[in-house]
Amino acid sequence: MSAGVLVLAEARRGELREVSLELVSAARGVAQGAGGRVVVAVIDHDPQRFAKGVAADGVDEVLTVAAPTEHFEPHVWQRALETLIETERPAIVLAGHTIDSLGFVPAVAARKGLGFTSDVTAVWWADGPRAQRGAYGDKLHAELEFPGKECTLMTVRAGIFEPAAAGSGGASARAVEVDLEGAARSEHVSFEEVAVGDVDITQAEFLLSIGRGIEDKDNIPRFERLADKFGATLSVSRPIVDAGWMTNARQVGQSGKTVKPRVYLALGISGAVQHLAGMRNADTIIAVNTDAEAPIFGVAHFGAVADLFDVADELERALD
Amino acid sequence: MKIVVCVKQVASLDEEFELLEGDGGVDPDFIEWDLNEWDTFSLEAALQLHEGDGAGGGEVVAVTVGDEEAEEGLLACLARGADRAVRVWDEALEGADLLAVARVLAAAVQRESPDLVLCGVQSSDAVTGSTGTALAGYLDLAHVAVVKELSYDAASATLTVDRELESGLVEVVRIGLPALLTIQTGINEPRYATLRAIKQARDKPLATYGLEDLGLDASGLAAAAGARVVGLQTPERGAGAQLLEGSPAEMADRIVEIVQERMSG
Repeated sequence: MSAGVLVLAEARRGELREVSLELVSAARGVAQGAGGRVVVAVIDHDPQRFAKGVAADGVDEVLTVAAPTEHFEPHVWQRALETLIETERPAIVLAGHTIDSLGFVPAVAARKGLGFTSDVTAVWWADGPRAQRGAYGDKLHAELEFPGKECTLMTVRAGIFEPAAAGSGGASARAVEVDLEGAARSEHVSFEEVAVGDVDITQAEFLLSIGRGIEDKDNIPRFERLADKFGATLSVSRPIVDAGWMTNARQVGQSGKTVKPRVYLALGISGAVQHLAGMRNADTIIAVNTDAEAPIFGVAHFGAVADLFDVADELERALD
Repeated sequence: MKIVVCVKQVASLDEEFELLEGDGGVDPDFIEWDLNEWDTFSLEAALQLHEGDGAGGGEVVAVTVGDEEAEEGLLACLARGADRAVRVWDEALEGADLLAVARVLAAAVQRESPDLVLCGVQSSDAVTGSTGTALAGYLDLAHVAVVKELSYDAASATLTVDRELESGLVEVVRIGLPALLTIQTGINEPRYATLRAIKQARDKPLATYGLEDLGLDASGLAAAAGARVVGLQTPERGAGAQLLEGSPAEMADRIVEIVQERMSG
């Protein structure tokens, strides 16, 4: 499959993850330029169950690899992907920029000397694969090429490409035999859900969200009061949880909750990629930050470049 | 237990910055340097494991790839309690991508033969999230990425770790030594160095290596590189973001107006 694109589907606990179908969309775009096929590989304990779903319109073939472990295990997946690259010889491999991928895809790139980049936001073909990703915490965009590489691996940011419709194509599935016995080097113990706590921020219609900009734990009560006064539910970005100032029941972002309130008012949140992933679909986003270049302004509908404490003082006054 | 912690001195852009003409890099006058936030957590994890290790005889070694600017980050690690530090640099590493850096780290770590290697999940400037796992690939070490809790059982030489997955899900995993973990922020409370420790840090061993000291050369690094930057652009952003002008009072009034309008609509 010279110049073809291999998509690595991802499943967790028996469910196909949405990013898999987003990758199919990304692959269709770049495969046109590359003039090659789109093949989707499913590595799973029981991969057949996902074969129909990933066979979206534009997919030429589905490959299934049976894993000996019930759940994702990085070294098993690593060996499976290495084998697929050897036998299928794709020009590009697209995986999701997910926690599972971060656990094995870069190791494959290192071991096999492949082209590689992560957290890609655009991919196209121009005499070879090209990709765009953020630089300096997304303040800039970098365009990348992969000179001299026969195969390039990319992890693609979730939520950028429209997902292809599940099962909208009719590609047939082929089982690929890979010897994965003994490949595992870690042992699954359990899955644990983080406690929901006394508040469900995913149900709130108005979130007042605070981040690193509030500077000190002692400032939390005043924002709790402000949220109360405003009729908002208080949510937080990761640094507030990392510092132990609030529990992660209130955390918005990739590792926290994905929220879609009518109004999201962000005070002192710069907008790391992982945070934006959790709130970018809010109906109205208002951001207050001192840094005019903060990525949060890239997704906000309204922005105020100002000191959040000054604005908070004035909000209290205005609400009196 | 001997633990190597791989750290990075990271760049952050000033609020106002300029791109250089030509290759499009950022004008260094507008860059500030700091020890990567994730690495303060991985260093703390290493120090706690070391201090809790009844066997004794172990050490914590901080390793970095970087120019003289990076020495400050290593001194910060030594001040917090690392026993030794290693810095690798060569002009050929200027602008090196994550695979080239991981290749160099692999050579430096190999000389140490550690029981455990800790890396931050990602660096705040490059944000690839990939260097640690790539390093594990080069070293053929067992690895777990994005760890937010860990405990060590000396009798079985086994780590039990929490992998932080998406949407508040955690997977508990067991892994034997030797191993490499990438450490997530919030796993612990990184200590501050005392003034005295900061002074004493300068007396701790800090070795500097070039590529040839590690049996590497520039052409080998070029071959290891996974990608080449063609150009940097300032993204179009805020297309839909309407800026609220005026004093904080005027901004606040406008925010209240917008919220009331959207919540009642």
